[in-house]
Amino acid sequence: MNRLTSLSSGTANRLFSVVRLGIKSLLLHKLRSGLTMLGIIFGVCSVIVMLAIGEGASFEAQESIKKLGSENIIIRSLKPPEESQDSGGNRSFELVYGLTYDDGARIQTTVPGVRYVLPMRILRENVRFDQFQVPCQIIGTTPIYPFIAGADVVRGRFLCTIDDRHQQNICAITVGLARRLFPYQDPLTKAVKVNGVYYRVVGLIREKNSADQRSQAGDMEGEPLDNNVYIPLNTSRSRMGELITKRLSSGYGMEAERVELHQITVQMQDTEFVEVAESQIKALLDRFHDKNDYEVIVPLQLLRQAERTKRIFNIVLGSIAAISLLVGGIGIMNIMLATVTERTREIGVRRALGARKRDITTQFLVETIVLSIGGGIIGILVGITVPFLITHLTEMQTIITFWSVLLAFGISGAVGIAFGIYPASTAAELDPIEALRHE
Amino acid sequence: MSRNDIIRTKGMVKRYLLGGQEPKIKIGEDIRAIPQELLIKDETQVLALRGVDILIRNGEYVAIMGPSGSGKSTMLSILGCLDRPTSGEYFLGGENVATMTDDELSEIRGRRIGFIFQSYNLISQLTVIENIQVPLFYQGKDLSETWDRCVELADLVGLADRQEHRPNQLSGGQQQRVAIARSLANDPLMILADEPTGNLDSSTGQEILDLIDRLNADGKTILLVTHDNAVAKRAHRVIHMKDGLIDREVNNRQPTTAS
Repeated sequence: MNRLTSLSSGTANRLFSVVRLGIKSLLLHKLRSGLTMLGIIFGVCSVIVMLAIGEGASFEAQESIKKLGSENIIIRSLKPPEESQDSGGNRSFELVYGLTYDDGARIQTTVPGVRYVLPMRILRENVRFDQFQVPCQIIGTTPIYPFIAGADVVRGRFLCTIDDRHQQNICAITVGLARRLFPYQDPLTKAVKVNGVYYRVVGLIREKNSADQRSQAGDMEGEPLDNNVYIPLNTSRSRMGELITKRLSSGYGMEAERVELHQITVQMQDTEFVEVAESQIKALLDRFHDKNDYEVIVPLQLLRQAERTKRIFNIVLGSIAAISLLVGGIGIMNIMLATVTERTREIGVRRALGARKRDITTQFLVETIVLSIGGGIIGILVGITVPFLITHLTEMQTIITFWSVLLAFGISGAVGIAFGIYPASTAAELDPIEALRHE
Repeated sequence: MSRNDIIRTKGMVKRYLLGGQEPKIKIGEDIRAIPQELLIKDETQVLALRGVDILIRNGEYVAIMGPSGSGKSTMLSILGCLDRPTSGEYFLGGENVATMTDDELSEIRGRRIGFIFQSYNLISQLTVIENIQVPLFYQGKDLSETWDRCVELADLVGLADRQEHRPNQLSGGQQQRVAIARSLANDPLMILADEPTGNLDSSTGQEILDLIDRLNADGKTILLVTHDNAVAKRAHRVIHMKDGLIDREVNNRQPTTAS
């Protein structure tokens, strides 16, 4: 009776005494305990570091995909592969391919769940002001561009519907371009010259994903450009036309292509519409395009793919780290078994003085858990420091997530229990008489 | 049974089976009647105790003597509740130990018996006071409440100035004093001393025995196992064992007392 009541009242106190005793016993052999802990320290540390590296790598990939917008479907014009390279000599015909204005209108009207359709014509031209000349992307688009592409208007305004209707010669330019063309003047009062036509600057734009690569009419590579000039789509159509002539790289003759739109970005009302809309758009475009002259990019799918890759990555890294934890655990178990043998006499004495089997089990289990949790805590501290060093020294991005720390800590505790139970029960099952006689 | 009886055993038998074979001699038979020669030839079992009847009363000082193999150690293990008799009865302070579970045995050891060992058996990572506290700890007592009592006990055995020492900082005699203090911690029914002076030189041994005498004079029941006649002389009664049986009991009318 007495025992029961005192047990319930002082459980926390008792546990504290047991833990204190465990720490004392471990401190008796500092080097041995330290070396044993080292296994767990490395294990926990590698779990955190590997997960942090994996997390960091996938974060970068995901960020760039997210910038494309998870509600968006991006359709790009592609130069069809075969007909483009005919004979190599003079080309008398013009190559017609790519998305059309009609495509945009059809998507807008037939695909359900569409919020916006953003058409874009993207041309490469030199833009001049005064003695400055900068190669730029001339983007003919509609006023909704900033909302979909995620660009900010820094000064002035973006294009508006009236500009488009009246085919105004106005433009908005990116901040970077403004800095190059107008080092000394206020760009908002000036006009830039493209292909002999002047466009008045009405606003400064900062692109959120300026480093994003946007494929160009001819080249698939594209360049990271933040030198953009935005003009109304109708202006672009009337001033520049749809025919693009280029000098062939061989030097003989000209190459002409007719492309109406280089890109259509479709923004859906919600991400749940994206996958259905993708197949509808493909079906729709297939009816009007007999050549394979467009590609459909779904950022959401890329995102999902990136997440899948990340999961696999995490599993692989996690298993490597888990194996090192396992090795640490085996080290603990080894030492605890040796300790039990070494302390057989003590176990006998404790049993004689009234310790039950479960008291002995608790004592040794607590020692193992103290070792592994102690190692876990040190491992976490080291594991949090190392990614910072990595980021600092190698520019590799690392992200320490809370759950990876929690996981590492949990695993180290679990390792302590898993590898402590056997030695502890071995200790408890010793015959007290034999144990007392043990030398 | 009188309330005054600390230990009462009846027909206590302890058998160790060898190699898991079916024993030739059944326990139900009158083992005491079987000649020793026959038992020695039996390779299926060892009969360490062959029906022992002992009665020890409160406040007695009893020594158990006997040559090796006489069943002395087995007797000590069973009387100390470290083991159970194979058959027969063992009442300790009115509780039948023979039928107890392992946990119940642990509890009764902690509550009713104080152990003193030949090799002191202190726990090396604990201080003097903490060693004295160990039995109390397993009784579920709150250690901060029992601290004063343990200090008193250390004082009683003459180690008031060594409270925070570790066993390896103490001499053999001092360690045995700590063990005696530890055996008193739970205020047990009896103290079981197994060759308490075996590892000590004679003068230190005398001091320890004097201390034990003093405990007995204060009313503690002492059960002491020894080879040494000089040690046994201090007891009121000496039980001589032979071949798993009590050979004879001698009452000491004039036990040697502390000088």
